[in-house]
Amino acid sequence: MAKALVEKKRLEVLKTYKIYIGGQFPRTESGRYYMATNSKGEYLANVCLGSRKDFRDAVVAARNAFGGWSGRAAFNRGQILYRIAEMLEGRKAQFIDELTRQDSNKVQAEKEVNLCIDRLIYYSGWCDKFQQLYSSVNPVASSHFNFSVPEPTGVVAAIAPQNDSLLGLVSVIAPIIAGGNTGIVLASATKPLCAVTFAEVLNSSDLPGGVVNILTGKVAELVTFFADHMDVNATVFCESDAATQKMIKEKSALNVKRVVLYDKVKWADETGQSPYFIMDFQEIKTTWHPIENIGGAKAGY
Amino acid sequence: MAKVAKKNTLKLKFDSARNLAPAPESKRAAKIDPQYDLFINGKFEKPVSKKYFATINPATEEKLSMIAEANTADVNKAVKSARTAYDKTWKKMPPAERAKYIYRIARMIQERAREFAIIETLDGGKPIRESRDFDVPTAANHFFYYAGWADKLEYAFPNRKTEPLGVAGQIIPWNFPLLMAAWKIAPALACGNTVVLKPAENTSLTALKLAEIIQEADLPPGVVNIITGAGATGAAIVNHADINKIAFTGSTEVGKIIQRAIAGTNKKATLELGGKAANIIFDDAPLDQAVEGVINGIFFNQGHVCCAGSRLYVQESVFAAVVRKLKDRLETLIVGDPMDKNTDIGAINSKAQLDIINKYIKIGQQEGAEMYQSSCAIPKKGFYCRPTIFTNVAQSNRIAQEEIFGPVLAIQSFRTDDEVIEKANNSPYGLSAGVWTDKGSKIFNLTTKLRAGVIWANTFNKFDPTSPFGGYKESGYGREGGLHGLSAYINLIK
Repeated sequence: MAKALVEKKRLEVLKTYKIYIGGQFPRTESGRYYMATNSKGEYLANVCLGSRKDFRDAVVAARNAFGGWSGRAAFNRGQILYRIAEMLEGRKAQFIDELTRQDSNKVQAEKEVNLCIDRLIYYSGWCDKFQQLYSSVNPVASSHFNFSVPEPTGVVAAIAPQNDSLLGLVSVIAPIIAGGNTGIVLASATKPLCAVTFAEVLNSSDLPGGVVNILTGKVAELVTFFADHMDVNATVFCESDAATQKMIKEKSALNVKRVVLYDKVKWADETGQSPYFIMDFQEIKTTWHPIENIGGAKAGY
Repeated sequence: MAKVAKKNTLKLKFDSARNLAPAPESKRAAKIDPQYDLFINGKFEKPVSKKYFATINPATEEKLSMIAEANTADVNKAVKSARTAYDKTWKKMPPAERAKYIYRIARMIQERAREFAIIETLDGGKPIRESRDFDVPTAANHFFYYAGWADKLEYAFPNRKTEPLGVAGQIIPWNFPLLMAAWKIAPALACGNTVVLKPAENTSLTALKLAEIIQEADLPPGVVNIITGAGATGAAIVNHADINKIAFTGSTEVGKIIQRAIAGTNKKATLELGGKAANIIFDDAPLDQAVEGVINGIFFNQGHVCCAGSRLYVQESVFAAVVRKLKDRLETLIVGDPMDKNTDIGAINSKAQLDIINKYIKIGQQEGAEMYQSSCAIPKKGFYCRPTIFTNVAQSNRIAQEEIFGPVLAIQSFRTDDEVIEKANNSPYGLSAGVWTDKGSKIFNLTTKLRAGVIWANTFNKFDPTSPFGGYKESGYGREGGLHGLSAYINLIK
């Protein structure tokens, strides 16, 4: 009789949690790590302690991806967000497992993952609809055709909610990319596992590399760079820490970044999703063109 | 080559062939008091500061009037009056009634349009034709447009209700004094806010005239307060603890200071800042039309326009022709007395601004660009600058990167669509842009890819109350005008 290939007491293969930049999973260039633990202090994983250089690399990746992503058909973006939801659904068990290890219970964890999947579907649908809602044809008094449409702000640097480690992350990322922006997201420092696994979901979802870049590390160490990088167009902060909010707003003035604060948002209820979150990262563009001879034209009704 | 080109060019000789007789507008149709106080709580009040400063006519350097200088105590009074008016009157008023007050203001501006145009030109130096045909009517129309929104806000934001923000502190520039006041006050009032507005210190008069109208219109006291002064007064508004919103139009430099100053507060802000607009001419464009557009783009209001088309990109195959036509057209521009109805380019708004422009003209030459100026005579008194174009400009030259805010155009050439898109977007600014081509699909390629808030295709420098205006990137955030301009003055609630 042949010997079974798999031992009954098999040694588990552990995952290396890495960061996600430009569609690749590098380790932090700094070579640093920190140990993620649960609330009891039990070891979960060695996680990359991301650096300023990682952030800057991620900005380059996000900027390079911006033209392609914002230029895609809105319908196509919708399909890709839907694909992300599909991939998340397929790996639900893994996320529930990770959330449970990070102090959630099974019921809560399943609820959170389900909500994330549904939220992605929700924003998938908005991809090719919010423009119609927030555009206008403007009846100017002169002989011109004039219309206004929303366009993505550009590269968004977001510090994801530290407590809602998965739901918060997904709820911040989805409206940013639904609207055609690209971005860099710093995961929850205390609960980083799901963020890295979510990067794997993104990576298998036809989302072009660089559209979303996910870093792990310490907020206090990186937040300044999120606010003062000259090639970032908007900054998101979700905590209620007033001193950091003030610092972000001050640094953001360097290149007139849009600052979006989400400290009062309850991601788990229905107010945690709306097209207005998409509009937080949109600029309104108005286009004019003359209309020839509008009054004097002879042909008509 | 040059000889052939010269032969084929019809030289326009306006100087000798068409000497236009002077056609001056009369100063007598406008009343300017020797001194203006602060408009607070529906009354003109002497400043606590007891200080006044002179406002002059930049075309003649003659003093027009003395203007009160508001200090912190004056700002406190104005904000207090705005707060009281907000709590006791304005936010409780039925929106349809609010609307009627704003309509009234619009009508009264129309009635006194000629007076406003004259004062705007005397105080700011812009050609009377522009004050008369653009600034004043557009300001009145802006009030008329937003008046109608006051009782319709529930239709503007899908699935949301709106509430006003409270007291808005508004700081406006000197290039379109009355129009900017209208852009600020009209939507703020329509949305149910009260206002403390500060005009630029060089151009306070039409805002104070507007205060007279607001008084005549019987607007409840304190709903609009207009206080005058310079940077310190503006800073006192920005830093006042009881202001909920700052709306600023002006330089990117000051905009950044404001963004920093209000960090750590709950004040909302909209910033309409500088620009360095690219105006792009393709070889299939109707060139004469495009040249007119370029002239209007850079010389409208002496180039004191944040969205001025100050960078011109011309496709290589028509570069020589366009530059030649531009030079010809430059020669025909009438520079001089702003009060003359034939004047195309009036006075530079202030000595300080003229110094900045001249500094950049020098920098342009030092950087190796080739300068061409109209040969026109300019008045001996007053602040004037000949319309100026630069060729041989590099993308990295300061005259191609920095906002000059004067009648100075930097011209570059390009070969391909992609090249010009990249060059046009290579700027920290993103306020406006222009595209000239006969091909529709090319227009939409460009208008989609240019990162700017307003794109003019086959036209330039057009404005309308219904049309949102505002920038991308370092040109600021928020919109003024149209439905989108309402967002600046409301909170959305479920």
